[in-house]
Amino acid sequence: MRDISCQTISETVARLCQEATSLLPDDVLQALKKARDKEESPLGQKILDQILENAELAKKEMLPLCQDTGTTVVFLEVGQDAHIVGGDLNECIKQGVIEGYDKGYLRKSMVERPFSARVNTKDNTPPVIHTEIVPGDKLKIQVMPKGGGCENMSRLAILLPAEGKKGVTDFVLRAVEEAGGNPCPPIIVGVGIGGTAELAVSLAKKALTRKVGRPNADAEVVDLERELLEKVNALGIGPQAVGGRITALAVHVETHPTHITSLPVAVNIQCHSARLKEAVL
Amino acid sequence: MDIKLPLTDETVAKLRAGDDVRFTGVIYTARDAAHRRMVESLDKGESLPFDIRGQVIYYVGPTPAKPGQVIGSAGPTTSMRLDRFTPPLLAAGLKGIIGKGGRGQAVRDALKQYKGVYFIAVGGAGALLARQIKKVDIVAYEDLGTEAVRRLEVEDFPVIVCNDIYGSDLLEEGKSRYKLAVG
Ligand code: SF4
Repeated sequence: MRDISCQTISETVARLCQEATSLLPDDVLQALKKARDKEESPLGQKILDQILENAELAKKEMLPLCQDTGTTVVFLEVGQDAHIVGGDLNECIKQGVIEGYDKGYLRKSMVERPFSARVNTKDNTPPVIHTEIVPGDKLKIQVMPKGGGCENMSRLAILLPAEGKKGVTDFVLRAVEEAGGNPCPPIIVGVGIGGTAELAVSLAKKALTRKVGRPNADAEVVDLERELLEKVNALGIGPQAVGGRITALAVHVETHPTHITSLPVAVNIQCHSARLKEAVL
Repeated sequence: MDIKLPLTDETVAKLRAGDDVRFTGVIYTARDAAHRRMVESLDKGESLPFDIRGQVIYYVGPTPAKPGQVIGSAGPTTSMRLDRFTPPLLAAGLKGIIGKGGRGQAVRDALKQYKGVYFIAVGGAGALLARQIKKVDIVAYEDLGTEAVRRLEVEDFPVIVCNDIYGSDLLEEGKSRYKLAVG
């Protein structure tokens, strides 16, 4: 049993919120540079130049990369031998978000009463927290400030098993095509296949926590990722949808066994401002 | 192309989908709540809080300014959400709109009819775009907080013409130009 204090967790979350919103991860930056080399459309090239310059400026002056500093999505991997002391785990994460968004001058975008009054909570809480219990005595925290433009393009379908790979491919392509310029391409496409409805959606989002372009461990899934990326880029949507070769930097697929009658598939899109920071306590 | 704002019919007539433009002058910010109020005013026959003729509206909700900053990060938000409020504003004389992503058919028709232009700025380039904003004043609906209408003075603010007054749509044309057939 190892003690981890709530205060440390709060401080870590506050720091991750600020770092994530200003510092684009290295893997995303490298993928954007590669995209700039490959892009043939002159307007697309200019847009990628602006995106890269924006990342440099944001890093140098610790400014938010994008004005939509998102819903704060937090992924936790709690070691089963870790012992959280000094408070309620979810509450201390919430405190970290409040502090991080205040000190970082980040935009507060959460509203209460989603279908009626829609009143801003004024501190960007509550965060959306996904918790997994894993072996060990550590606590891994990933903070993903997720923008509305891309999140709103999420899709779920429960296909017939007979629709198979073609059904999955068509569904993903349709989701990307319908999203067009709204999720700020170039995008990263997260796809969850299998499980139940809610698990497929959650896998699609989890797929976005993988380093850009790092393939799945399963050879058949890798083939599907490769094929989907090729087909997504063949759509011609391009950077900011002005037309071009690079619509997506990567397609990440996660799968799970499913029921004999079912084939759930979900798409969760991440924008080029693919903000993610992690810490292990 | 460098353009001094406000927009004239003459300037607007020169712009074509795909043109790279830099704005210098005044633009106004407005998002969902401000649009709803402006359109309600027009419906009631009341005047708008600023003279909209020849003006440009920017769909933006910036981050709070850090000490020493004029404005926080300030990139465009998704335009589609404002589609239903756009035609009446164009009818009232609005000439330019800056946002991101495509517009619905009704907006495209209204742009053509009232000779207005829809521009896109690079979504997610909020820090870079904020650097081109030199001054900010609240001009209306102060009670809306972040959604209040602000008057921005911009210099060399980079945008791209997406829909021109002739009915061309950059997003559609760009996509068909780069679309590939794959098995
Ligand atoms: S989709 Fe991403 S890059 Fe675009 S405005 Fe939203 S958060 Fe910013």
